[in-house]
Amino acid sequence: MRAAFAEEIESIVGIDERAILLSGDIGNRMFDSLKEQYPNRFYNFGVAEANMTSVAAGLAMCGHRPVTYTITAFNTIKCLEQIRVDVCLQSLPVIIVGVGGGLSYSSLNPTHHALEDIACMRSLPNMTVVCPGDAWEVRASIRAAFDLDSPVYIRLAKKNEPLVHEDVPDFTIGRGMIIKPGEDICLINCGSLLPTAVNVTEMLANGGVSAQLISMPTAKPLDVDLLSSVFSAFSHVFTLEEHSVSGGFGGAVAEWLADQKSAKAHLMRIGTDGRFMVEAGDQEYARKYFGITANQIVEKVLQSLRQS
Amino acid sequence: MTTERSINNLDNIARTVRGDLVKLSNSARTPHLGSSLSCVDILVALYWNVLNLTPENPDATDRDRFILSKGHAATTLYATLNRRGYISDELLKSYATPGGVLPEHPIYKSAPGIEATSGSLGHGLSLGLGMALSAKINSLSYRVYILLSDGECNEGSVWEAALVAPAQSLDNLVAIVDFNKWQATGRSEEITALKPLAEKFESFGWSSYEINGHQTDEISNILNKVPDGSGKPVAVIAHTVKGKGISFMEDDNNWHYRIPDDKEVLDAIKELELD
Repeated sequence: MRAAFAEEIESIVGIDERAILLSGDIGNRMFDSLKEQYPNRFYNFGVAEANMTSVAAGLAMCGHRPVTYTITAFNTIKCLEQIRVDVCLQSLPVIIVGVGGGLSYSSLNPTHHALEDIACMRSLPNMTVVCPGDAWEVRASIRAAFDLDSPVYIRLAKKNEPLVHEDVPDFTIGRGMIIKPGEDICLINCGSLLPTAVNVTEMLANGGVSAQLISMPTAKPLDVDLLSSVFSAFSHVFTLEEHSVSGGFGGAVAEWLADQKSAKAHLMRIGTDGRFMVEAGDQEYARKYFGITANQIVEKVLQSLRQS
Repeated sequence: MTTERSINNLDNIARTVRGDLVKLSNSARTPHLGSSLSCVDILVALYWNVLNLTPENPDATDRDRFILSKGHAATTLYATLNRRGYISDELLKSYATPGGVLPEHPIYKSAPGIEATSGSLGHGLSLGLGMALSAKINSLSYRVYILLSDGECNEGSVWEAALVAPAQSLDNLVAIVDFNKWQATGRSEEITALKPLAEKFESFGWSSYEINGHQTDEISNILNKVPDGSGKPVAVIAHTVKGKGISFMEDDNNWHYRIPDDKEVLDAIKELELD
């Protein structure tokens, strides 16, 4: 995803003179071409995320369209105060891009895990939260974010994730996309588990369960029209995310659902469970630790269906 | 566009603004009067003798910017903007009233001339850094002045900005510290190792100056020197007295939170020779 982001932002800088990329001392080589072509449109502001975020706000107050870029946990929670006060309270068009969402950097210990960032970002007034599911959704998200005139948070995974779409999808912020139709249950994925979710639907199909798969990259605002239709059409709906089920996308859907009078479906949120994983382990290990591998998700879905 | 006035006139304006602050605190029942009084001369010097701006075109692209990072001195900003022609008398009277646009800390664009939201300390210098960088990118010659409190220098974000600004050679960026020696609950030099403050900025790569923050001529002279030819951002440590101008408030930190009663307002107005 990060390579797609680098290519897309370079392309946008080339056509939108307001665009500026601020980096928190990360990804320098990835942006070499951008820096070479547009030397006054890339700034490495060092390991000082609070300052970088406020600087972005100051630039936006002068008509620029700044993008801040660094590791997800540092670009959201470390500078939450600056995002809240300078970006959101002043309602400025700053795009905050976190790389390494979820368990992408699982081997680096929980300081580098991002399992609470969606919860923090979606609680902020004026903030839009987008979690692309593959590199094509990344490209679409960045383009769409530049079309908004308000704060946007974009949560990337890391690199070399499998592609789900074949090209830039028909993408609108706040709208979900049906990836695969199905009849028995509905899976709604937000973000980096999208390739896993595709595997889950295939595995369920092999077991005789026809699952509809929806990619809903926008955690805020939710696509309430699509949710209404899904919760009317299905009896079982599962949300998938590489984030804590508390306060994340599943939490957002649960909040929405609690206020609905006529929704008939049962909701099950699948994500991480609020623990810190303090032991060593790569992303595959970490996903297993939290029970969000394809096999584990299939088992959770089937168990839920057996219990109903 | 700068309005030139004599220094003597600036001191008269400052006395008037001080009277406004005492009355606003009393009528709206709002605190932070001591903090507001300590920076009156700085704002008056800026708005009448330094900043290149005009109330007729408050959003001019090439205007100098002023950010009140110590947002708890909002009444000083509001009263100054009122006397300078940005905020009407009627609007000023609505200060801190329910539904009004002038709360106890400033809100970005809530009235003409309010350049940034503040209240949570430690934000203004970085915001100003972004504005100063924008001037460089767009080849504009405006300057960005940020007023911080000495207590605000407790905030780590101030020092992040202090590290970054010289690396970008932002000689159009000015950090003014209203060094009134107090913060909310104690002496600022005792709560953190603030001194030597000018040398701290100097060692971070800034040009630094120490001035009497109540001498409008001295303030104007230094702030008008920017950019000072060094290629560096400029830090101005303005030595001030909390509660300045009203003898029974001066250097008494009770006036961080205390609100003057009607008799104290009359006494203050009399001392300011505004009666």
